[in-house]
Amino acid sequence: MERFDLSQELGQEILGMAKAKGASQGDVVMAESDSFFVTVRMGEVEKISQAGEKRLGLRLFFGNSSASASTSDISRKSIEKLVDDTARMAQVTAQDPHGGLPEAADLASELPQLDLLDEPARAVSVDEKIQIALDTENGALTYDARITNSEGAEFSNQFGRVIYASSQGFAGAYAGSTFGYSVSPVASQNGSMQRDYWYSSNRKFAKLESPKSVGARAAQRVLRRLGARKVKTCEVPVVFDPEMAASLMRNLASALSGYALYKGASFLIDKLGTNIGAELLTVIDDGTIPGALGSRPFDGEGLPTRKKIVVERGQLQSYLLDTYSGKKLGMKSTGNASRSVGEAPGVSPANFYLASGKDSPEKIIKSVKTGLYVTEMIGFGVNMVTGDYSRGAAGLWIENGEFAFPVEEITIAGNLKEMLQNIEMVGDDLEMRGRIASPTVKISSMTVAGD
Amino acid sequence: MAAANLPAAFFGDNFGVKNSDLEKVLDTALAKKADYADLYFEYRQNEGVSLEEGMVKNCSQSIANGVGVRVLADAKTGYAYTDDITIKNLELAARTAHYIAQNRPSPMPVPVGQQRGEAHNLYPVKTPVNDVDLEKKVKLLYEIDKFAHGLDPRVKNVFVSLGSEYKVILVASSQGLVVGDIQPLTRLNVTCIAEENGNRQIGSFGGGGRVEFGFFVDHQDWQRYASEAVRQAILNLTATDAPAGTMDVVLGSGWPGILLHEAIGHGLEGDFNRKKTSAFTDRIGQRVGSELCTVVDDGTIPSRRGSINIDDEGTATHRTVLIENGILKGYLQDKLNAGLMKMALTGNGRRESYAHIPMPRMTNTFMLAGESAPEDIIRSVKKGLYAVSFGGGQVDITSGKFVFSASEAYLIEDGKVTEPVKGATLIGNGPDVLTRVSMVGSDLKLDEGVGTCGKDGQSVPVGVGLPTIKIDGLTVGGTRA
Repeated sequence: MERFDLSQELGQEILGMAKAKGASQGDVVMAESDSFFVTVRMGEVEKISQAGEKRLGLRLFFGNSSASASTSDISRKSIEKLVDDTARMAQVTAQDPHGGLPEAADLASELPQLDLLDEPARAVSVDEKIQIALDTENGALTYDARITNSEGAEFSNQFGRVIYASSQGFAGAYAGSTFGYSVSPVASQNGSMQRDYWYSSNRKFAKLESPKSVGARAAQRVLRRLGARKVKTCEVPVVFDPEMAASLMRNLASALSGYALYKGASFLIDKLGTNIGAELLTVIDDGTIPGALGSRPFDGEGLPTRKKIVVERGQLQSYLLDTYSGKKLGMKSTGNASRSVGEAPGVSPANFYLASGKDSPEKIIKSVKTGLYVTEMIGFGVNMVTGDYSRGAAGLWIENGEFAFPVEEITIAGNLKEMLQNIEMVGDDLEMRGRIASPTVKISSMTVAGD
Repeated sequence: MAAANLPAAFFGDNFGVKNSDLEKVLDTALAKKADYADLYFEYRQNEGVSLEEGMVKNCSQSIANGVGVRVLADAKTGYAYTDDITIKNLELAARTAHYIAQNRPSPMPVPVGQQRGEAHNLYPVKTPVNDVDLEKKVKLLYEIDKFAHGLDPRVKNVFVSLGSEYKVILVASSQGLVVGDIQPLTRLNVTCIAEENGNRQIGSFGGGGRVEFGFFVDHQDWQRYASEAVRQAILNLTATDAPAGTMDVVLGSGWPGILLHEAIGHGLEGDFNRKKTSAFTDRIGQRVGSELCTVVDDGTIPSRRGSINIDDEGTATHRTVLIENGILKGYLQDKLNAGLMKMALTGNGRRESYAHIPMPRMTNTFMLAGESAPEDIIRSVKKGLYAVSFGGGQVDITSGKFVFSASEAYLIEDGKVTEPVKGATLIGNGPDVLTRVSMVGSDLKLDEGVGTCGKDGQSVPVGVGLPTIKIDGLTVGGTRA
C-alpha cells in the first residue's frame, strides 16, 4: 500500500476532501520524528533503540459541532476512513457556540527563524553517542569511592517536524531537534543507598555540557544525600533549589491554563489584575527565544507565539489561552495552543520562567536560621482547585545559615495561594535548563512533617 | 485460548505478514551473535468521548499500528520499531536491533527465561466498547450529567469521560513462539466540582476493566460513580486542615492498595534487583512485613484492568506471591531479567506499545484478607488518620521512600471516625512499612479499575487491592503541626 509523505499539500488535500463531505472548517496536524536512545550501565551498553514515526490528525467542524481523529497509517484508504470517521463522530457532538478556528486575520503571517534545528548533528555517529553516555556515567562512578552502583546513563536525540494546515488558509511547518543525556548514580554508606541524577539538554548538540561535568554534578548530588534522616514536625522557611522551584512554576502554569480557569478547576479563577504573589514574583512566558526548548514559530492553531509578562511584581497580567478557552473567558488567545496529533487543542506554556532576583543562592541559605533546602520532591499532592499542597520531600537541613545534614522521608505542606504570597527571596541563578525554569526560591514558612 | 489464531490472522490479512516472513526477520535479527530475538506487532484503536458544561464537546479516535524488533545479547537490548509494517522495514529494524550484539565480549549464549504455563482467556468480550454505537455512549454521558447535578444543588460542574481501547498484539520469538491476544479495555470517569460560599472542592470517581459496555449500565454502576464523585466533593467542603506528623493510620479497603504498589511492588521488579539498586535487593527470605501480611501480584483475575492473558513477551500471566506471612518470597520478572537472575518467568514483561522495550511491571497487586473486623480496627486507634480514597503515588526505589496522596480522609479520635480532613500526602519507607501493620481486615476489596502505572516513561494499566489495615506510625503530611 502506498504511504504518502507528510506535506502541507497533503494537509490541504485532506481539508478539501472534508469540505466535499460538508465540513465547514477543519485543521490537520502532522508530526514525524526520528528518535534514538542508548543507555549504558556500569560501563556497558545496555539498550539501544532507533525508530521513525509519522502521525496525522484531523479535526473537523460541522457548524458548531466537532470531532477529531488520528492515524499512523498514512495511506489513501486510511485517510479516506479518517475523514469519514471524523465526520461521523461530529454528528453526535454538541453544538458548542464557542467552537471554531481562530480568525484568519490573527494567524501567523511571517514565521520567525527560531533556530530550533541542528541539521549537521544528524551526522553524529552511534558510537559517538554511546561514548558520551559512557563518559557521563564514568564521570559519576569515578568521582568518589562511595559511588558503588548506577541506574545507568542515557543519551537520546530526536529530530522532528510539525506541519499544520487549516481551512482558514494557514499552512506552515517547522523542524526541530533535541539532544539530551543524564546519569543516575547510586551511592551507599552503612548499608543504605541513595540515588540522584543530573542531566543536560539542548536543541544544539554542541551546546550540551561536558559529560564529565554532568557526571560529577550527579555524583555531588547523590553524595550529599548519604546518611539522610527524618526531622521533627515543624513550621520553618523552605528554600527550593532551581529544579524544585521550577516545579512550582509548572503548578502556576497549570493553574493559569484557560481550560482549568473556565472549568472552575483552578485556585486562580477571577484573579486577573490582582495580586497573586509577592512583589518578587515576576513570571514570563516567551515562545520566541531563539534556540530554546519551548520555542516555536506558531502555536497549535497557527497563531503567532509571543513574549508576555504573565505575573508582574506579584500582579497577574495574563492567563495562558488558546482560541476556545479564550472565548470561554471573553478574551483572545495568547498563542499558547498546544496539540496532540488528533486531539482538540489544549494549552501549554512555551518557555515559562520566574525572572531572576537579586540574591545569590548562598545568601538565601545564609538567611535561614532553621529550615529546609529541598532538592527532590515525589508524589502528586497538589490540588489545583484549592491550591492545597502536600508533597514528599528530600533535601538538606539548614541550621544557622549552613547545611547541617541531609533529610528524607518528610513532607512539605501549605497552600499555593499562600506560598506565592510568602516568597521571601528569589535567587539570581536563573538558567533555562528546560522549558519551565526558575532560580532558587525561599518561602517564609511551610509545614514540614516528619517524626 | 479462544483468541489464539485471531491475532496472527489479523496481521496477516491487514499487513500481509506471513509466518515464513516472521522466521526470516527473526533470523536476520538473531544473526549469529545474539541470544534471542522477538517481534511485537500491535494494532490499537482508542476512542474517547467527554462531556463538560452539559455538552458532549469532544469525541476523538486514534488508530496506531506498528512493530517492534528486539534483540538480546547478554544483558544488552537492541530495539527498533516502525509504524510502517512492511517486510522491508522489518528487516531494516532487525538489522538496527542487531547492532547491539556486535562487539559482544563472550560468544556464550545466555538463556532468556523459559516459557511456562497455559495461556488464559480472561476477558471474552463479545462487543468491545469501541464498537458500541456512539449515540448510546453519548446518551449515557448526558444521563450521568443530569443525575450528578440532581444529587445536590452545590454541584457546579460535572465532567464525564468514557475511554475505550481495542488492542491486538502478536508476539513471535526466536524460540519458535507465535502467540497473540486481543485486549479490550474501557474506563468511565465522573469528576465534579461543588461550591459553597466561594469554597470550591473537587470529587472524582470511576471504574472499568476489560469488559463490555453493559458493565456500566446493566446494574446502573454509573449512578454509583456519579454519587461517589458528588459525595466526595461535598464532603471536602467541610474538611479541615489535615494533621502533620507521625501517627497511626488506618487504610480503607480497595484503592488504598496503592500503598502496596508503591511501597513494595516497584521495589520487587526484577530489573532493579538484578542491578542491585532496589532497597529490597538480596532480601528474599527475609522479613519485610508483619506475619499478617501476604501480598500477591496476580495477572489472571478475569476482566480486571490489570489482567492480561499473556504479557507483552508472550508469557502466560501468573499469580506470584511477593510476600508470604511477612517473608519476602519473590520478584516480578520479564525474560531478560529472569534469564540473567536464573529465575522463573512470572508473566510480568509489559510495555506501553510497540515503540517501547518490555520491562518487569505489576498487574493486579493486593494483600490477602486477614481476620479483623474493620470496625474493630478503627476502634483500636486512640488518635490517628483514617484514609479511604487516594490519588497517585510515587516511590524512590533506591532509598525505598514512597508517598501516596489521600483525597478522602478523616481523623480517628478515641476509636471513632470524626471530622473529615483535607487531602494530604503520606510518606514512608517501603522495606519497613509492612512490619508495622498490626491489624488486617477481613474485607479485601480490589479497586474499581482506574489505575495506570508509570515507569521509565511507559504507562500500563494496573490494579490494586487491600483489606482495611492498621499501620502503627506513618508520617502524615498535613499542615496542622
